[in-house]
Amino acid sequence: MRGRPIVSPWALLIMLLACLLCEPARAHKPSDSYLTLRLDGERIEARWDIALRDLDFAIGLDGNDDGRLTWNELRARRGAIAAYALARLHIASADGDCPLVARGQLVDDHTDGAYTVLTLEGACRAPPTRLLVDYRLFAGTDAQHRGLLRIDHGAVVQTAILGGERPRQALELERVSAARQFLAYVWHGTWHIWIGFDHILFLVSLLLPAVLVRQGGTWVRAPDLRTAAADVVKTVSAFTIAHSVTLALAVLEVVSLPSRWVESAIALSVVLAALNNVWPRVLARRWLAALVFGLVHGFGFAGVLADLGLPRGALALSLLGFNVGVELGQLAIVAVVLPATFALRGTRVYRRTLMPGGSLVIALVALAWLGERAFDFRLA
Amino acid sequence: MRGVLLFAGAWLAAGCAAAPYRPATDDTVVTTVARRAGMPEIRQLQARLAAAPADLPTALALARRYVALGRAEADPRYFGHAQAVLAPWWGRADAPPEVRLLRAQLLQNAHQFSAALADLQAVTVSQPRNAEAWLTQAVVQAVQGDHAGATASCARVTTLADQLAGFACLAAASANTARMAASERLLAATLERSAGAPDEVRVWALTLLAESAARRGAAGTSERYYLMALALAPNDHYLLGAYADFLLDAGRPAEVLALLRARHRIDALLLRYALALRAAGGQRAALAAAVAELQARFDAAAQRGDSVHLREEARFMLHLRGEPAAALALARQNWQVQKEPADLRILLEAAQLAGDERTARAARDWMRRNGTQDVMLAGSRP
Repeated sequence: MRGRPIVSPWALLIMLLACLLCEPARAHKPSDSYLTLRLDGERIEARWDIALRDLDFAIGLDGNDDGRLTWNELRARRGAIAAYALARLHIASADGDCPLVARGQLVDDHTDGAYTVLTLEGACRAPPTRLLVDYRLFAGTDAQHRGLLRIDHGAVVQTAILGGERPRQALELERVSAARQFLAYVWHGTWHIWIGFDHILFLVSLLLPAVLVRQGGTWVRAPDLRTAAADVVKTVSAFTIAHSVTLALAVLEVVSLPSRWVESAIALSVVLAALNNVWPRVLARRWLAALVFGLVHGFGFAGVLADLGLPRGALALSLLGFNVGVELGQLAIVAVVLPATFALRGTRVYRRTLMPGGSLVIALVALAWLGERAFDFRLA
Repeated sequence: MRGVLLFAGAWLAAGCAAAPYRPATDDTVVTTVARRAGMPEIRQLQARLAAAPADLPTALALARRYVALGRAEADPRYFGHAQAVLAPWWGRADAPPEVRLLRAQLLQNAHQFSAALADLQAVTVSQPRNAEAWLTQAVVQAVQGDHAGATASCARVTTLADQLAGFACLAAASANTARMAASERLLAATLERSAGAPDEVRVWALTLLAESAARRGAAGTSERYYLMALALAPNDHYLLGAYADFLLDAGRPAEVLALLRARHRIDALLLRYALALRAAGGQRAALAAAVAELQARFDAAAQRGDSVHLREEARFMLHLRGEPAAALALARQNWQVQKEPADLRILLEAAQLAGDERTARAARDWMRRNGTQDVMLAGSRP
């Protein structure tokens, strides 16, 4: 680290330049809207991103025609926008129409400029097996406009390109068998552990000292695999039990915490777990620390599950599947880390350099995350 | 101080991250849009067409305005507007020739060359004296590598339009052939004697002369033509891209950066800007930002199933992402559709860097058969 900040000056430049590129230099591209339907039984929740430029061309948004569209002008036209858009999108199932109504309005930026984000809600008469989508947004003003549709159906995602010469499309919703649904969530759980570097580093922090025991103020090698493995089993089980509990509580909407707090607390848990390896405070009861912080990580998993959209009908099944996936992901990490650390545990390098040094690096990385998450900014 | 800067940068970066947000205040400017008062003629035509959507002269006038705007600003949304205006006739095989010609130009723009040619052939049959139809047909044929067909179409142009347009057409048709140098001489001589020719035609002729001179290794001549063309049309995005390529080949990336600094809206020009950043070295942050932005744009195009920018995407993959295998796949797909000198070059470059000797040999065979001349490709012969 040579005493330098983790953020190099040019990383700062990237951020500044990325901004220069994304704001004034909006790309010229053909017109698209982005429509995401989330199906849950007969209920539909949707998000529809429509370019403000296209809406202004079709129905006029810029009230005073000064070329600058303010949030006030946009809100004033909210009803007109929703009416115009919803009149050009019809969704039906075999049982009849699935009418949608507009709920909220936000703004988002895409490569070609600002979009209005409509949140929609609706329902079919019964859980649909196929959807008939009739999409004619901007058909009268821009024949090359397309609607990019994404359907989230439990853990299964389908996409389609709407409009143009094919304004009406029938989309078969894949029949999602219980087994397939379960496996999909197992996969999501495993995947989340593998790409969730904070969870990986937390686990690694707990695993690094598992092959050692503390004697007279220094680390010495654990006598045998049995001692080390017992420590790992205790720690990982405590973590599992804890996060399973909070995950269930969060998904069942018994407890809900702001994601920024949860994400910050997860980063903090990594910092503390790693620092504890360098300056041990908690030793014999490391499993207890795993239990406490496991509660926090469980809320983090719940955030991921919420993003996936849980089918109400198979809530318990998908919850279980996700948990099983998380365990499999954890076991894979244990299976890689434990043999390596066990083999190295007798060496001085491991006890004096790798274990404390590695922990320190982990603590620093997690400290950066903590800063990013707690203060809501990105380092790189 | 550093901490303050860090925070400032982070805030700005967070501002452009893609997540829905609620603007801070009522007066926050969410985006800028075109001013309606700024285009009175278009507004008038729109109003007239709204009253009578099937009025052919109004529809043609408005569609032509949109196509011209789309070309001038390299903004494909205007092509979508033009197509919508022509909706009453768009799907009809018996559409009037004026509609078919415009439809062909829009189809060509979307790289649907076969459909465009079908319309153009119908127009040239029913209106054999329509110079614009012959010229458009020649361009489509040349892009597809049909040099003989393009030359024949250009021959009709020379009898119907002014000489400069006819010889520019011939030069475009011969770009990939052994007749390139002769066409260049003819075009240069004609340009000198065509003082009264319209600026668009002069710019086209000068661009062709510049490209041709560069391909036969006359860099000084080429640059002279480029600068003459740029003096007439400083905002012509095709010309800017071609000149940027010339400067990149000449190892002068700093000038590309200056030329394209404020032109990042157009993917093809942002690509050249990024290539110049890479060649100049040193500005790693700016390069990373440009590469990320280009990737986002290619992703957005892929999402809607567009394959209009395959050539640019292949160059992006090869030179900016360093993935020769992916670049070669794109370059081959592009070569199925387009056979201009630039398409040949990216195909050969990608084949060589990917170590695909078979494709490289096939490309060189093609060059030999057609008599293609290009000093940048000459060095690639084994």
